[in-house]
Amino acid sequence: MAMGVNTLAYYFKETARYLVRNSWLSLAAIGTITVSLLILGVSILLVTNTNKIALDLEQKLEIRVFLKQNLSLSQVEQLEKRINFVSGVARVSFVSKEKALADLRKGLGERKDILAGMKKNPLPDAFQVKMERSEQIAGAAAQISSLPGVEQVLYGQDTVEKLLLVTRWVRIAGIIIIGALILAALFLISSIIRLSVFARRQEISIMKVLGATNWFIRTPFLLEGVTLGFLGSFVAVVILYFSYWSFVQQISTFVPFIPLVADQRLLFNLFGGLVGLGLVIGIAGSFFSVRKYLKV
Amino acid sequence: MVHFYHVSKVYQNGVKALKDVTMHISKGDFLFLVGPSGAGKTTLTKLLLREELPTKGQVIFCGKNVARLKPQEIPLLRRKIGVVFQDFRLLPKKTVYENVAFALEVIGGSGQIIKKRVPEALELVGLADKQKMFPSQLSGGEQQRAGIARAIVNRPLLLITDEPTGNLDPKTSWELIYLLQEINRLGTTIIMATHAWDIVNTLKKRVVALSGGQMVRDEKRGVYGYGG
Ligand SMILES: Nc1ncnc2c1ncn2[C@@H]1O[C@H](COP(=O)(O)OP(=O)(O)O)[C@@H](O)[C@H]1O
Ligand SMILES: [Mg+2]
Repeated sequence: MAMGVNTLAYYFKETARYLVRNSWLSLAAIGTITVSLLILGVSILLVTNTNKIALDLEQKLEIRVFLKQNLSLSQVEQLEKRINFVSGVARVSFVSKEKALADLRKGLGERKDILAGMKKNPLPDAFQVKMERSEQIAGAAAQISSLPGVEQVLYGQDTVEKLLLVTRWVRIAGIIIIGALILAALFLISSIIRLSVFARRQEISIMKVLGATNWFIRTPFLLEGVTLGFLGSFVAVVILYFSYWSFVQQISTFVPFIPLVADQRLLFNLFGGLVGLGLVIGIAGSFFSVRKYLKV
Repeated sequence: MVHFYHVSKVYQNGVKALKDVTMHISKGDFLFLVGPSGAGKTTLTKLLLREELPTKGQVIFCGKNVARLKPQEIPLLRRKIGVVFQDFRLLPKKTVYENVAFALEVIGGSGQIIKKRVPEALELVGLADKQKMFPSQLSGGEQQRAGIARAIVNRPLLLITDEPTGNLDPKTSWELIYLLQEINRLGTTIIMATHAWDIVNTLKKRVVALSGGQMVRDEKRGVYGYGG
């Protein structure tokens, strides 16, 4: 059955009318959808970014061995030999405190003036140890840290594990919070639709007698839910887009060595997905009510 | 056009609203359905509109068993039947014109059809000059005329009016009956459930009398009454 322009106009008129009538409840529903999708978006961005950083660190396969202050040259050479004997070590290179400071300067880029006030170089001498395989890192790091002259051993895996732990918690907390919020949004939407059905019960009974099809009667209610879902997710995406963008910019000026996800395609998919989810919430919420309260 | 074959209706609460009713209505008939309150008149019209299903027997409209219609065929059935209510049931926030146009809107009527048919229907019922008014600004008789315009604007084969004069004074009732006769002359079959014995007696149309759910009388040129 072809849908006339008139029928379409009717749907939009009806939808607008009832959104306005329930405007406070509608705002609450839109707000709930916005908040749940915002949290979902933030968690997804957090997880993808920590994963990216973790991956980045993992790929370096590197142990940094910081030396105690005031070691003699022979002590340093002795230590280098001993590190070379640890199994799995591919290459050891010395990074002097001066070189470390210069690297830090370079890494900071335009922000290097924050180091200008420093009188003494606070960084220690270090060895950079490349490993053959990443699973040997933890064992090698433990051995190296027991060698004389070693102050501290840092290796990517350590940070990687911490980051992955963070990701896991973000996932779990995110799923619970988002689940609860989505349920709340579904509940609000179906309450709104129930109110709309109730407000229009006389009209609906007349429509039935006049021979309106069930879909004709249902459509304005479904559209109402879809509109709420769309508005809620649209607001969430706009907020997320601008705040993430400015966050990325801040990070890249102040802590430029942290690799953040700024892939346009990926972000576009994320935002599209959020809007899609908002629409699904809207349709699902109204569908329940329409089925339950609209005995057509 | 309408056939009831041994139709019985028992509601869920056990009330026997119709008992073994058999009757036939031809195209162009003007039929009075009389009987005391609770006799089953409204139930009979609900079976025709498939708002209720018969417990036993068959209701046939235009050759189709109403109880066997698929869900998507029910709206099509209802588009062939116009309904006028005792309490008018106009939408208070719509003007007279909009109320009548509503009947076409909800079945997907085009703008052209609406612009053509709504004024025709309003003209027929004599409300052309009041089309911009809201129901609350009209008298009872005028509201009922608007209800009739809404019921016939889609040109139904059958018009069911359930005590259409129940809320109107005698003079206004008579004006309404003349209007219904006019509509009947234009070819629409009419079923009118009523208590208005003076109208029934004067018009001498076909009368079907119900009492306690049973059909007690069916006369071609009858008068009011439902005694045995
Ligand atoms: N939905 C219903 N559920 C149960 N009983 C009903 C229902 N509708 C009508 N009845 C009963 O069926 C009988 C016939 O009612 P009705 O058809 O409305 O009579 P009338 O229109 O002649 O006054 C009455 O006893 C009434 O109480
Ligand atoms: Mg009745």
